[in-house]
Amino acid sequence: MAFFDQLGFWSLTPGMVFTGCIGLVLIYLAIRKQYEPLLLLPIGFGILVANLPLTHLMEPGEGLLWRFYHYGIEWEVIPPLIFLGLGAHTDFGPLLSQPRLIFLGAAAQGGVYVTFFVAHAVGFSLEEAATIGIIGGADGPTTIFLAAQIAPQLLGACAVAAYSYMALVPIIQPPIMRALTTEKERKIRMKKSRKVPQLEKILFPIVATIVIVLLVPQSAALISMFMLGNLFRESKVVDRLTDTVQNSLMNIVTIFLGISVGATMSAETFLRSDVIFIFFLGLFAFMIGTATGILLAKLMNLFTEDKINPLVGAAGVSAVPMAARVVQKMGAEADKKNYLLMFAMGPNLAGVIGTVIAAGIFLTIFK
Amino acid sequence: MAEEVCAPLSGKVLSLAAEVGSSVEEDDEILVLEALKMETVVYAPCDGRLKEFKVKVGDQVEEDDVLAVIE
Repeated sequence: MAFFDQLGFWSLTPGMVFTGCIGLVLIYLAIRKQYEPLLLLPIGFGILVANLPLTHLMEPGEGLLWRFYHYGIEWEVIPPLIFLGLGAHTDFGPLLSQPRLIFLGAAAQGGVYVTFFVAHAVGFSLEEAATIGIIGGADGPTTIFLAAQIAPQLLGACAVAAYSYMALVPIIQPPIMRALTTEKERKIRMKKSRKVPQLEKILFPIVATIVIVLLVPQSAALISMFMLGNLFRESKVVDRLTDTVQNSLMNIVTIFLGISVGATMSAETFLRSDVIFIFFLGLFAFMIGTATGILLAKLMNLFTEDKINPLVGAAGVSAVPMAARVVQKMGAEADKKNYLLMFAMGPNLAGVIGTVIAAGIFLTIFK
Repeated sequence: MAEEVCAPLSGKVLSLAAEVGSSVEEDDEILVLEALKMETVVYAPCDGRLKEFKVKVGDQVEEDDVLAVIE
C-alpha cells in the first residue's frame, strides 16, 4: 500500500501540470524552432522535472538539482565561468578599431535603467526591479548572476525571459530600427576602420579589467573572468586553455546552468501574477535599449564628420552576435553592398561590458 | 583594365558564386563569405570578365584581401 500511496500521480497539482507544460513548450521551441537550443533545452527539461511531485530534487541540502543550483549558481560559480568562455570567443578588434562606438553600447543600457524605474513604479521592490531591468541587457549569464544575489525568487522567470528575447532579437528589433531611421541613414556606408595591432588586443583585457574593477568593484567576478578568457585568446601562447574554456568547459557549465535555472521554476515560484509583468517589462527594456542606441548614434552624427550608420546603435544591446547580424541584414536591405557586421560588433561587445557594469552598480547599491 | 574584388570583412570563404572566365555585371554575386556564422555575399564592383579567384573555398580571409580579379 505504501507504494500505492507514494505514487506521484496523487500529488500532481494543476499548477505543476501547467508549469510543466511550459517546460515542454521550451523543449519544443528549442528542438523545432532552434531558439537558443543549448540553453532552452536543458532549461525546459529542468522545469519539467522540477514540477513532478515528491521528487525532492530541489529539497535544500538533499536534492540533486538543488546541489547543482546551490553550488553552481548561488555560489556564483557558473555565470563567471560562462564569461570565461565568452571572453575566449570574443575578438575585441571591432571595438578597438572604432572606440567611439563604445558609447552606443553604453547608450543601449538605457533600457536597463528606464525599466528599473518603471518596474519599481508598478510595484516591484527595488531589488526585483533591478533584476527585471537587466533583462534589457539581453545577457543571460549576467541576468542570472544578478538575480541569484538580489532577487533569487525571480531567477527562473528572468533567465527564461532574457534567453527568449535573445532568440527573438531578429523579430523584436527590426520594426524599431525601421521606425527610427530613414532610408538614407540606413544607406550610410561607414568609413573603414583601422587595423588593430596585436599588442593592443593583449593590453586591452588587462587595462579594461583594472579600470572597470576599480570603478565598479562588484562587477569583478564577471569582468575578470571575461577578460582572462580574452587574454588567453589574444596571448596566443595558451591555445590549450583557450580551446578548453571555449569548448569543453563552456559546454559542461552550460549543462549545469540550464538544468539548474529550469529547476528553480517550480509552480509556486513561477505561477505568480507578476510573472507576466516580468516578461512584459523585459520586452519593454529590450525595445527601449534598441531605441536609445539608435538615437545616440543619430545624435553623434550631428557633431561628427564621418557619419555613423544609426543601425549599428541597435547592436548596443548585448545579444552577441545576433544583434550585430540583424544590423548587417537591415543595412544590406537598404544597400546590398553595405557591410555593417563588423562595425556593429563594436557596440555589441561594448554592450556586454555595459550590462555587466550595470549589474555591478545594482549589486553595489542593493547587496 | 583589371579590377580587384576585395573582402569587405574578415571571414571564411563559403562558396564561389561565379565561374572563372564568365562575364559578370556590376552587382552580380561573386562569392559568399562566412563571418560570425552569417553568410555575407560579395558583389562585383564593375562589369567585366571574371579573370581569376585568388582564394578557394575554406580559406580564411582578412579584410581587404584580394578575393578575385575582374577585367
